[in-house]
Amino acid sequence: MWKFTIRRMLIVIPQIILLSVLVFVLAKMMPGDALTGQLDPDASQESIDNIREKLGWNDPWYQQYGNWVVDLSKGDLGQSFTYKMPVTELIGQRLKNTVWLSLFSVILIYVISVPLGIISGRYNDSILDHAITGYTYLGFATPLFIFALVMLWVFGYHFGWFPTSGSVAPGMEPGSLEYVMSRFKHLLLPSISLALIGVVGTVQYLRSEIIDTKQKDFITTARAKGASESRVYNRHILRNSLLPIAAFFGYEVVNLISGTIFVEMIYGYPGMGQLFLEVIQLRDYSVVTSLVLLYGIAAVVGTLLSDITLSIVDPRIRIK
Amino acid sequence: MAKEVVETTEQNEDSNISPSGLRVFWIEILRDKLALGSLIFFVLVTLTVFIGSALLDLDEITKIDPLSRFLPPSSEHILGTDTGGREIFGQLIYGTRNSLVIGILVTAMSGTIGVLVGLVSGYFGGHTDNVLMRVLDFFLILPFLMIVIIFVSLVPKYTITSFSLIMTAFLWMGIARLVRSKALQERELDYVNASKTLGTSNITIMFSHVFPNITSIIIVNMTLSLASNIGIESGLSFLGFGFPESTPSLGTLLSYATNPTTLEKRWWVWAPAAILILLLMLSVRNVGEALKRAADAQQRRGT
Repeated sequence: MWKFTIRRMLIVIPQIILLSVLVFVLAKMMPGDALTGQLDPDASQESIDNIREKLGWNDPWYQQYGNWVVDLSKGDLGQSFTYKMPVTELIGQRLKNTVWLSLFSVILIYVISVPLGIISGRYNDSILDHAITGYTYLGFATPLFIFALVMLWVFGYHFGWFPTSGSVAPGMEPGSLEYVMSRFKHLLLPSISLALIGVVGTVQYLRSEIIDTKQKDFITTARAKGASESRVYNRHILRNSLLPIAAFFGYEVVNLISGTIFVEMIYGYPGMGQLFLEVIQLRDYSVVTSLVLLYGIAAVVGTLLSDITLSIVDPRIRIK
Repeated sequence: MAKEVVETTEQNEDSNISPSGLRVFWIEILRDKLALGSLIFFVLVTLTVFIGSALLDLDEITKIDPLSRFLPPSSEHILGTDTGGREIFGQLIYGTRNSLVIGILVTAMSGTIGVLVGLVSGYFGGHTDNVLMRVLDFFLILPFLMIVIIFVSLVPKYTITSFSLIMTAFLWMGIARLVRSKALQERELDYVNASKTLGTSNITIMFSHVFPNITSIIIVNMTLSLASNIGIESGLSFLGFGFPESTPSLGTLLSYATNPTTLEKRWWVWAPAAILILLLMLSVRNVGEALKRAADAQQRRGT
C-alpha cells in the first residue's frame, strides 16, 4: 500500500510543474498585455518600454518563469491590473464563494444519489427503478448549463422562490443570522442545479454495483444463515458498495470544476469561475494564470486523494 | 411480428455465417424502437438544416432590423426575433447546421488522433506505451474548459477550423485510452503472433488486422462522443468562447438568455435552441446506446 501511495504522490510533482509551465507559456502568448489600454494614450513608446523593462517583461521567458515561480512560492501571485489589487486578495474573496458552492453541491450529490442508487439497485426492475434509471439517462444527456438556465427560469423568475443573482442580498450585516440565511438562499439553487446533474454517475455506479453484489455467493450464504433482509443489505451489500463511493469524493470535486464555471456565470454568483470569464476578456493575465493554476492544482490533488483512498478501500487497484 | 419470423428463419438458414458487424448494428437499431426513432429524427433534422441553410440567405438572417426587436412568434416571424431584430427561425436552422458540423468534425478528428495514439500505444506496449500514456495523463489533468477558453481567446482571428482544432486537441484522450486497452488485449492473441512470424510489418498488422477487430467499439465510442461534443460546443458558444459572433450556433442563441430580461420574458429566443440541443444529444445517445449493446454480444436484444 505504501509503495502505491508514494509512487502515486511522486507523479504529482511533474504534473504540477508541467501544468505551471503550460499556464505560464499560455499567458505569455496572449495578444496584448495588461498595459494595453491602461496607459495614457499619449504615453510615448519609450515610456511604455521603460515600464515593460522595469516589470521584467523583456527578460527571456525562462527567467520570467523562474521569477514567477519564486514569487509563487512566497504566496505572491502578482498584481491584478484591472482590479488594482493583489491577486491573492482578489481571488481570496471569490475562492471562499466557490468552495462553499462546491462543498454544498458535493454534499447534496451524496445526499441525493446514495438513496436513489440503493432504491434503484435493491428493487431493480420495479417502477421506482425504471423512473430513476430514466432520470439518470436523461440527466446524462442534459448539458448542465441548459439545466441551470431552465432551473433559474422556473424557480428564480417564474415562481420567484430564489434570488436570481449574487451571493448575498445587499445591505446585510456580515455575521448576523440574516446574512447567513441570505447566503444560504443564494447558494441553494446553483448547488441544486449542479447536484441534480452531478448525481447521475454515482446513482448508476451504485445501482450496478448493488445488482452485481446481490448475485454473489456470499449473499446467498448470508441469506441461508437466516440474516434478515435489512441486515443483508446494510451489513453485506452496502459495506462493499458504499466505500468506493465515499472514495470518489475527490473525483466529484474535480468534476464540479467546469460545472461551477457555468453555474456561477448563469446565476451571477461571484466565484472564481465568474472571475475567470471576466478577467480573460480583460486580458488580466496575472489573474488568469493564478486561477488556472489553482483549478489545475485542485484537480491534481482531488484525483490524488481519490486514487489513494480508493487503493486503500479496494486493494485490486494497487496491483495495476 | 411476421417480419421477425421471416428474419429469424433467414438467419437460421445461414446460421453458420455470423452477421457482419454493420449488420449487427442495423439489426439492433431496428429492434430498439427508441433508437430507430432517434435515428430517423437525427437524419431528418440534419437534412432539414442542411437543405434549409442552402435555401436561406445568411445575410438576410443576420441583417439587423432595429424596428422589429424582440417580436414574439407570429405568422410573419415563425419563432419571433432577437435583440437585433433577426429571425430566430433562420438562426436556428443555421445554428443547428453549424453545431452539427463542428460536432461531427471534432468527433472525426479526435477519433482519428485517439485511434492512432491508442493503437500505437497498445500494440507496441513497453516504453512507447509508457511515454504516450504519461502524455495522455497530463492532458487529462488539464482543466479542459479553462484551457480551451484561453486558447480560443489566444488565436487572433479564429474560424470554425481553428475552433474545432482547439477542441480536438483536448478531446482525444478518452478514445485513445479505450483503443489502447483493446489493442493491448489483441496483441496477445495468436493471429497477431502468426502474422508477425510470417514477417508482416507492424503497420500492416496494426491497421489491417488489429484495427478491424476493434472498429465496433470505436464506432460506439464515437457516436457517444458526438452527443457530448455537440453539448460542449454549445456550452462554449454559450459562454462566448465558441463560434465567432457573426456565426449563429445553438450555443449563441442560448447565450442571449444570459440577459435576465430575455431569460425571463422572451422565451422564444432561447427555448427552441435549448430543446433542440437536448433532443439532438438524446437522439444521438439513444443510437449510441443501441450500438453499444450491439457491440457486446451478451447484451444484444436483436439476434
